Amino acid sequence: MALSSTLYNSIFKRTSTFALACVACAFFFERTFDLGVDTLFNKINEGKLWRDIKPSEEQ
Amino acid sequence: MAIAVGRMCGAGLLKSSTASSLIQSSSYSTREWTRSRRILLGSLGVLAGGAGALLFALDQSVKASDLDLHSPKNPWSHSGPFSSLDHASIKRGYEVYKQVCAACHSMRFIAYRNLVGVSHTEEEAKAEAEEQMITDGPDELGNMFQRPGKLSDYFPSPYPNEEAARAANNGAFPLILATLYQLVMEVCNKSFTLSVGHIYRKAAFHPLEYLSASEDYIFALLTGYCDPPAGIVLREGQYYNPYFTGGAISMAQALFNEVIEYSDGTPASASQLAKDIATFLKWTAEPEHDDRKKMFIKSIGIFGFLIALTYYMKRMKWSTLKTRKIEFKPRK
Ligand code: HEC
Repeated sequence: MALSSTLYNSIFKRTSTFALACVACAFFFERTFDLGVDTLFNKINEGKLWRDIKPSEEQ
Repeated sequence: MAIAVGRMCGAGLLKSSTASSLIQSSSYSTREWTRSRRILLGSLGVLAGGAGALLFALDQSVKASDLDLHSPKNPWSHSGPFSSLDHASIKRGYEVYKQVCAACHSMRFIAYRNLVGVSHTEEEAKAEAEEQMITDGPDELGNMFQRPGKLSDYFPSPYPNEEAARAANNGAFPLILATLYQLVMEVCNKSFTLSVGHIYRKAAFHPLEYLSASEDYIFALLTGYCDPPAGIVLREGQYYNPYFTGGAISMAQALFNEVIEYSDGTPASASQLAKDIATFLKWTAEPEHDDRKKMFIKSIGIFGFLIALTYYMKRMKWSTLKTRKIEFKPRK
């Protein structure tokens, strides 16, 4: 219970901290979720995408 | 899962009041409806279902009556629900368009800048644009002039207007490919709203044809030329293609083995050329194709989570009802 009550008292109890926590979570969730989906998509379509046929930078 | 969540959050999450659940569940019940209300709603439902079935049956019968050769379905590498377009193929398809189809078909809704990051680097796309002379103007004397293309220019048209195109093609109009293809895919595609008026005008020519076709149709049409069967008479300047409505098409066979050479060295057989141009046209009609499929993966993730959440909430709300006990006590 200790963890959940500290969580409740420090974040969920006040609307201000709760709203802030929502925004912060949304930010990190979005970044990781997008990254994960992009990686998956690139993996599924390996060899067909623009990033696979793009001439390398050194040229 | 409910137990684990319950342990983490304390009993608060799991408790739901009996009164609110009873009210909620009674609004899904038809038991309290009056007889006439039941009959009204019931017959409305039957009517709507019947109308839907009728429309479906009519649509099927229209399909059964058309006498075209249907194009075979091919296993495109982009046809899976998560599969992107093959960008190497788009690039080759652009080469086919530029060296073969562009002699007759325009593609005025695609600009050179659209190629950047899809099939060409910015430098390559600039070089492609500069190869073309674009009519611009008027200058300060009121004259139109020619200048090399820029990234922001749209693909140049081979004919100045539809009449000139018809005159040069035996009265038939070589359609604007992006427009045509877009029509082929679906009647109005948001990425080319500019051309919607145009599409409806064209759709009046052979509506069935357009509405039932796809990249399979393009492939079949381009590789399907053959000698006309006995009894079919072609006018001057017409060719026989079984996939085209009526069979007599004013477009000569355009793709032959080795008619162009690919910059990436792929052997340019006629079917390779047809496959690549079909992929390129798919891209011109749906430039958002890859993003859309990525979005599909994302929505599976998000909605999967939401479905699990909804299921949990449903179980919680109904728990008071499901654990209720009804007792019958006969009078002594
Ligand atoms: C010699 C000029 C010419 C060339 C080159 C040409 N076309 Fe055509 N195309 C036409 C004409 C003319 C029509 C109209 C045919 C008709 O209505 O009978 C047409 C019609 C079409 C149609 C529509 C068929 C339908 O169902 O109405 C498609 C698709 C098409 N062309 C694709 C292509 C592609 C892809 C290429 C490049 C590989 C190409 N064409 C090259 C002249 C040409």
